[in-house]
Amino acid sequence: MGFTDFLKRFKKPQPKKQEPSSWIKCPACGAISFYKEVQKEFNTCPKCNYHFRIDAEERIKMLIDEGSFKEYDKELEPKDPLNFVDKKSYKKRIEEGYKKTGRKSAVISGEGRINGIPIQIVVFDFKFMGGSLGSVEGEKIVRAINRAIKKEQGLLIVSASGGARMQESTFSLLQMAKTASALASLAEHRLPYISLLTDPTYGGVSASFAFLGDIIIGEPGAMIGFAGPRVIKQTIGAELPEGFQRSEFLLKHGLIDMVVNRKELKKTISDLFAYLLKLPRNTPAHREGNSTDDSSPKG
Amino acid sequence: MAILPFEKRIEELKEQIEVAKLKNDQPAVETLQKELKKEIEKTFSSLTPYQKLQLARHPDRPHSLDIINLIMEEKYELHGDRHFADDKAIVAFIGRIGGKEAVVIGEERGRDTKDKIKRNFGMPHPEGYRKALRIAKMAEKFKLPVLFLIDTAGAFPGIGAEERGQSEAIARNLFELSRLKVPTIAVVIGEGGSGGALALGVVDRFAMLKYSVFSVISPEGCAAILWGDNKKVESATKALKISAEELKKLGLIDDIIDEPKEGAHRDYQTTAQNIKNYFLQKLDELSALPLEQLLQQRFEKYLNYGEFKGK
Ligand SMILES: [Zn+2]
Repeated sequence: MGFTDFLKRFKKPQPKKQEPSSWIKCPACGAISFYKEVQKEFNTCPKCNYHFRIDAEERIKMLIDEGSFKEYDKELEPKDPLNFVDKKSYKKRIEEGYKKTGRKSAVISGEGRINGIPIQIVVFDFKFMGGSLGSVEGEKIVRAINRAIKKEQGLLIVSASGGARMQESTFSLLQMAKTASALASLAEHRLPYISLLTDPTYGGVSASFAFLGDIIIGEPGAMIGFAGPRVIKQTIGAELPEGFQRSEFLLKHGLIDMVVNRKELKKTISDLFAYLLKLPRNTPAHREGNSTDDSSPKG
Repeated sequence: MAILPFEKRIEELKEQIEVAKLKNDQPAVETLQKELKKEIEKTFSSLTPYQKLQLARHPDRPHSLDIINLIMEEKYELHGDRHFADDKAIVAFIGRIGGKEAVVIGEERGRDTKDKIKRNFGMPHPEGYRKALRIAKMAEKFKLPVLFLIDTAGAFPGIGAEERGQSEAIARNLFELSRLKVPTIAVVIGEGGSGGALALGVVDRFAMLKYSVFSVISPEGCAAILWGDNKKVESATKALKISAEELKKLGLIDDIIDEPKEGAHRDYQTTAQNIKNYFLQKLDELSALPLEQLLQQRFEKYLNYGEFKGK
């Protein structure tokens, strides 16, 4: 299920951090914009709303109240239980991922407040081995779930992954069952889990925790599916329909609850947690971070 | 019967024995039979991971329906997910195994060409996984144990499958089976392909037939992606460690069920009997546990999977 094959095909440009004055071309509409302007729009194209991929740190910055994030389980590292070597060794790939991201895992997990509401959050980083699900990632998710149960908080997982990590073979496959079992326990405690699907979410990630959210949100245009488009095309020997496996396609087919623009994500998610946790709007926890507007809850 | 490359010498000897018998050449028969015995011993005690994969995919290997026919003395087939269709890549039966009321749910690849097409070569769609879950939930309601027979290259990758939520269907099964309130046992009888296999495999006891495989991706897919070379299937098979023996050593499966000396395809009866014995024995053990303990054991088993550094 490690459908990392399509990753190469769908490699998309990310705005470069180190050149804040540079221009950036939108791969969707071709418009050239100031990077600063793109960044101000939460890394979306000001012309066509194309959502650039962002890394885990940026995602946390965007969703979690400033200064409230506390990372957990940072010390967990992959072990390479099979001594896996293909064209490169797994150890080498971990090192390369470390150089790119400063981490030895495809997720950052921790606790923080979203518009004042304390939650457990797990964010995938596609830059580390295609956001693949290995033992460390599975363990971090389970521990986040356990903290949510202990502290009676909601859970948010932001997925961006090609699927299971082939270098951990069956260890990786079983993380699907492990995370799903832990989510069953969270559900028994009646604590909310919101799943945010971003570009791309596939394979063993999509076929486990990503599709088990009480509420599932997709980012506009994100590619989401079980099998990668190339595998499907090869199998059926036909062209794929326009917009196939994009968030909007999944919404139309009843597979996700909503497609939400990145700039509205924080408010949407915090509102949803407030409803699911029945937090009155006047609790200090909710009020303190929600000062930007006083619109009444929708729906 | 299809003959695998490493079975060739064995087949030759068997033919020579037949000829010697026709000639009434008793000394030759005896010599050849000794040689045959040695050849079988040698071949099957030193199978490579790739040879085991070939056995797991042997065209004559018993399928779920073959096993079900041999282990259930009474049975009725159940159909459909109650929402969309009856996916024939998944078969489900209610009846008795060794006198015990039980439900059996299996992945069925189909035997002849027409049957294979009808069953989509054993690659389920979402409605197949939902059919399995519906029937497993019914078993739960009436406190019937469930036996899952796993045999699939994987969940089907197609447009309809994606439109109807292949990911959700698999994920939902993992979630629901993790706390199904009856004893559950799964046996990989041939190929256990990735999430499409695991969707029937979150259970109290997970066993594999000796020459079956269970893997996160097909060796072909892995070779293409990681080696960038379709011909590296043998290397990928070896690296992925997908045989029953390797997985048992790694602590990732509970048990190995023995096969007849020359593989399950040579003797359906013995293979089925071994599966039946395993099911009845494990059912006895699991039925003795209080429900709370059964569920807690299952939960802890899955939570413990994974190898990493750091506390
Ligand atoms: Zn644009």
